[in-house]
Amino acid sequence: MLGSLRDLAPIIAVILFFQFGVLQQPLPHVLDLVLGLVFVVLGLTFFIFGLEMGLFPIGETLAHAFARKGSVAWLLLFAFALGFGTTIAEPALIAVASEAATIAADAGVIAATDNSMSGYADGLRLTVALSVGLAIVIGVLRILMGWPIHWLIIGGYIMVVIMTFFAPREIIGIAYDSGGVTTSTITVPLVTALGVGLASSIKGRNPMIDGFGLIAFASLTPMIFVMGYGMVISQ
Amino acid sequence: MNLLQEIFTTLLATLGDVIPIATIIFGFQYLVLRKPVPNLKRVLIGFAYVVVGLSLFLMGLERALFPLGRLMAEQLTRPEFVYQGFAAIPTEVLWEQYYWVYLFAFAIGFSTTIAEPSLIAVAIKASEVSGGAISTWGLRIAVAIGVAVGISLGCYRIVTGLPIHYFIIAGYILVVIQTSFAPRMIVPLAYDSGGVTTSTVTVPLVTALGLGLAETVPGRSVLIDGFGLIAFASLFPIMSVMGYAQLAEIKARRKHNKQARQNPKTAQQATDVNTEIDNNAL
Repeated sequence: MLGSLRDLAPIIAVILFFQFGVLQQPLPHVLDLVLGLVFVVLGLTFFIFGLEMGLFPIGETLAHAFARKGSVAWLLLFAFALGFGTTIAEPALIAVASEAATIAADAGVIAATDNSMSGYADGLRLTVALSVGLAIVIGVLRILMGWPIHWLIIGGYIMVVIMTFFAPREIIGIAYDSGGVTTSTITVPLVTALGVGLASSIKGRNPMIDGFGLIAFASLTPMIFVMGYGMVISQ
Repeated sequence: MNLLQEIFTTLLATLGDVIPIATIIFGFQYLVLRKPVPNLKRVLIGFAYVVVGLSLFLMGLERALFPLGRLMAEQLTRPEFVYQGFAAIPTEVLWEQYYWVYLFAFAIGFSTTIAEPSLIAVAIKASEVSGGAISTWGLRIAVAIGVAVGISLGCYRIVTGLPIHYFIIAGYILVVIQTSFAPRMIVPLAYDSGGVTTSTVTVPLVTALGLGLAETVPGRSVLIDGFGLIAFASLFPIMSVMGYAQLAEIKARRKHNKQARQNPKTAQQATDVNTEIDNNAL
């Protein structure tokens, strides 16, 4: 509770400073503001409590169970399902996809009808979800094989740079952003626990070196796939 | 009454986010692994806490912080505010006049990252795995500084209208260079911290700031220049986390070297420590 309050103190300080010090305006709806802050503090406290009780243990339990079962195919299928399933329903992604459809329609890439715009947005969502599913699969494979992460990430960067030169200009900003929006608050702890659990139950893997990095893949592949999508659509 | 209804709708929406995840997890657990979940009751209660906590958190943000944050972003980017003290609003963009915007971007980037729940989760895990060598607060502050710098630079880009990919490519090159110098332990965590920072709290506020800027700065297009702040916010923490690890390493090494100078007998010991630092720095 006190911890959550401390987490929020910087935001409160920033808002007060800019509102009174720079903009010199009174705070609107003070009562609503205080009530909202109480909710935020309570929410953060509950979330962290539940994290240690539910999300972390289940992620680790699954990782250990898969490692014991020893079936790589099922593990990879699970990795894909987790990445795909958590991304396709992600609200932030739905918002970004419809924004992108509007931009594409304005740029004349697709027809400005509701039908073609929602088709474009759905296609984009599917593309991003597929790319996140693939990212988790690659990440899990990396943990199993013990590949060093930086070669894969640098390879991904090179792909992004090359595609940037060929992708239509309107899609680039959205593509770059789509890497960041895909990983939601529930997915991150779960995937982290899964990676660390896998790395600690496989012999010869270090949880610090091999356990982290799944999120990194999940925020890199969408950029490549979204630019690819933009290139395919504008053909 | 209204409030109760709001709580209910947010709760349902969060539940909608959790259901696909829960289905996959429990589906695999029972159909493929065919093993009961240990402490099932505890895990379910944990899930319930996460759902309730996240709903309250989002609701609070929606009620209190987002409207105010958006309003402030709008007011700070307005030409009348930026060019106050000017006789007329200049026709060309004077990027130095946007100093309050950059400062706001820095402050809001830092403070929202400190409160980001998924970063808290990763920081807890990292400190657990590293046996406390990586402190939760050290990591969170390093990431927050990265986001803050990234977003201010992203705002500068929107104001000047420079193409985004120059910045991103330069950032990638820096990341690659740093990767070869940073302690090996930190690299995967640093890469992860890029994607972690941008979820519930940061994205809505930062997007509002970017779109507001692109709308009010003359000559900028919302479509082309409005996006991209998130990309900055997820690239810079990679550098700041690796930088933090490098600093910690240098500091530790210097301390040991100093001890070695004061007491030559332990010099050999100090070199041993140095190699040890190299091996499991942080």
